[in-house]
Amino acid sequence: MYDAPTLERDVTEAKTKFSARNVQVWYGDTHAIKDVNVEIEDNTVTAFIGPSGCGKSTFLRCLNRMNDTIDVCRVEGDIRLDGEDIYDKKVDPVQLRAKVGMVFQKPNPFPKSIYDNIAYGPRIHGLARSKAELDEIVENALRRGAIWDEVKDRLDAPGTGLSGGQQQRLCIARAVATQPEVLLMDEPCSALDPIATAQVEELIDELRANFSVIIVTHSMQQAARVSQKTAFFHLGELVEFGETGHIFTNPEDERTESYITGRIG
Amino acid sequence: MTDASLPEPRHARSLKDVDARTNRRNRAEARFRAYGIAAVSIGLVFLVVLLGAILINGVGAFQQTFVNVPVYLDPAKLDKNGERNIEDIKKVSTFGYNPLVENALLETVQASGADTELDSAAEMKKLLSASAAAQIRDTVIANPELIGQTVEFRLLAASRVDGYLKGRVKREDVTRDKNIDVAHLDLTDKLHDAGVITKGFNLAFITGADASESRPEQAGLGVSMLGSFFMMLVVLGLSLPIGVAASIYLEEFAPQNRFTDLIEVNISNLAAVPSIVFGILGLAAFIQFAHLPQSAPLVGGLTLTLMTLPTIVISTRASLKSVPPSIRDAALGVGASKMQAVFHHVLPMAMPGILTGTIIGLAQALGETAPLLLIGMVGYIATNAPDGLASGFLDPNSAMPAQIFEWAKRADPAYYERAWGGIIILLVFLMTMNIIAIILRRRFERRW
Repeated sequence: MYDAPTLERDVTEAKTKFSARNVQVWYGDTHAIKDVNVEIEDNTVTAFIGPSGCGKSTFLRCLNRMNDTIDVCRVEGDIRLDGEDIYDKKVDPVQLRAKVGMVFQKPNPFPKSIYDNIAYGPRIHGLARSKAELDEIVENALRRGAIWDEVKDRLDAPGTGLSGGQQQRLCIARAVATQPEVLLMDEPCSALDPIATAQVEELIDELRANFSVIIVTHSMQQAARVSQKTAFFHLGELVEFGETGHIFTNPEDERTESYITGRIG
Repeated sequence: MTDASLPEPRHARSLKDVDARTNRRNRAEARFRAYGIAAVSIGLVFLVVLLGAILINGVGAFQQTFVNVPVYLDPAKLDKNGERNIEDIKKVSTFGYNPLVENALLETVQASGADTELDSAAEMKKLLSASAAAQIRDTVIANPELIGQTVEFRLLAASRVDGYLKGRVKREDVTRDKNIDVAHLDLTDKLHDAGVITKGFNLAFITGADASESRPEQAGLGVSMLGSFFMMLVVLGLSLPIGVAASIYLEEFAPQNRFTDLIEVNISNLAAVPSIVFGILGLAAFIQFAHLPQSAPLVGGLTLTLMTLPTIVISTRASLKSVPPSIRDAALGVGASKMQAVFHHVLPMAMPGILTGTIIGLAQALGETAPLLLIGMVGYIATNAPDGLASGFLDPNSAMPAQIFEWAKRADPAYYERAWGGIIILLVFLMTMNIIAIILRRRFERRW
């Protein structure tokens, strides 16, 4: 599979999680995303790379409609999750976001206890019928977030009191707790030190077993380390998309090559 | 060889030589610090002068002169039937008590051994407040079993006597005073030495009602304090929910367009509208149009609500704005609806700011006088303390600042002292509210 040529990127329908066709995004008069077509697979880590302002975060935020909260933002085109148009009038963004969890650049735990941080999502979605069930969900999520051993004795301590890396893993656990199908990560390691980064990257690799993970990153090494597929964005366009190994060793577009070798960006 | 064309590097000079530019900069900084210290000192001096003046002028209001007289409650005069029927006792007016007071005072003066030029008990009675008889009557009606006994009373002294002992009234002032003569002052001195006239803490000033122009010694701030209290209940009950709801909607839900911009600008403008304008609006809307009762704390509260709303809206919006957007993202990211994000996460974090703004708005409303002038909450409102919620909201009453204004207007200098004393009480309330605001902010503040 790693050796598959990039041209054969039209993977089989069964494995496709997200499919985007002719997506355009405007911020007021600014054309931020230009005609992006991409297929994102299940159980795969897909990395979005590109220089600052290239639109990779904007596109990521289209996938769970977080851009809806920005008044001037306008999205056109067709984005499908499991074949369903997520911008359909009948789709409630709240339900979409329960299916498509998100982890942000800066760790942003709620100023509540560690337990409540994790339990918040399951509570508002009614995932637990009893306290015992909720406890179990919290424990599972914290285990998935690879932070259970560090916090199991102080679940009542405030989430904001953890270290930066622990906070980010707490946020990942919080996103996992609502049992999403896709995890969006917007530069999740940019505020972390190398040790915490390594822990989070290891975690991302484990999460791949259950989720489709999409990660925006500035670090090409990180993209190379954690992802199976890579998309290179430049000035709002999706320049190149394919197997990570292929993109980094044998890019087809010269802009990709320039970026990877450090000439632009 | 290019070295020669380059300017001499700066580090070639010793660090110990201070150049002219650095000197200038340092001097400018020193000057600026001096300006700042001067400004702060001037402010402090004014504050000290202000607080000092308030204390010096107002502290006298918390002291009152009393005449200690044993009064024989003669059953022949107070209860002619001898049945101790409360209705019969109530039929005796204060005029019926005057002879008792006069006799008691005369006997006390004689017993103290003070000699006086005053020839009659009626003349001596000028040492007492006009309310003395009423004071005894109130006691008798409350405890009819006292009739027939001799009871030690602590009667209010007349305001001139009170002023004389406090140094407000001088001997040379009373020569043209028809209320009191120098002979009265002589007697006052003697009775003071004998311990008949004493000074004590003036609880009635804090709990009592306003009194008529001629009886400043009886006037108290208590009833208008209750008026202020009921107004604040109305203000809090209306402006907090309305203000917070409006701010949440405007800040978190409303679309950004011309209409909401207009509302935003107008709320800021409303905060700057003179309070008297709100007063006349209250008069027109609540009294003339809605026919709510005049002088009622309910109307005062509604009017002050109009005035307080912009303050609360502005401070609430500011504290909502200061909640980091990452918290909203986090909540939306786990699938919370907008409202859940606001009510579960944003609002609790904005709470200290909202509470602080609300308390400051309330403190402003508490000290506001101008709107009350227009809805009739100023003037001599001779009411007793309200005896329930309905009468508290609807019976005519005054408010603390309006009462102070009213006292300051009156001619008798004794009222001037009361006005300053009232200001002390008002300031104590305002400081308490500000301290509560600070404590709440500290208590709810979360560290990041």
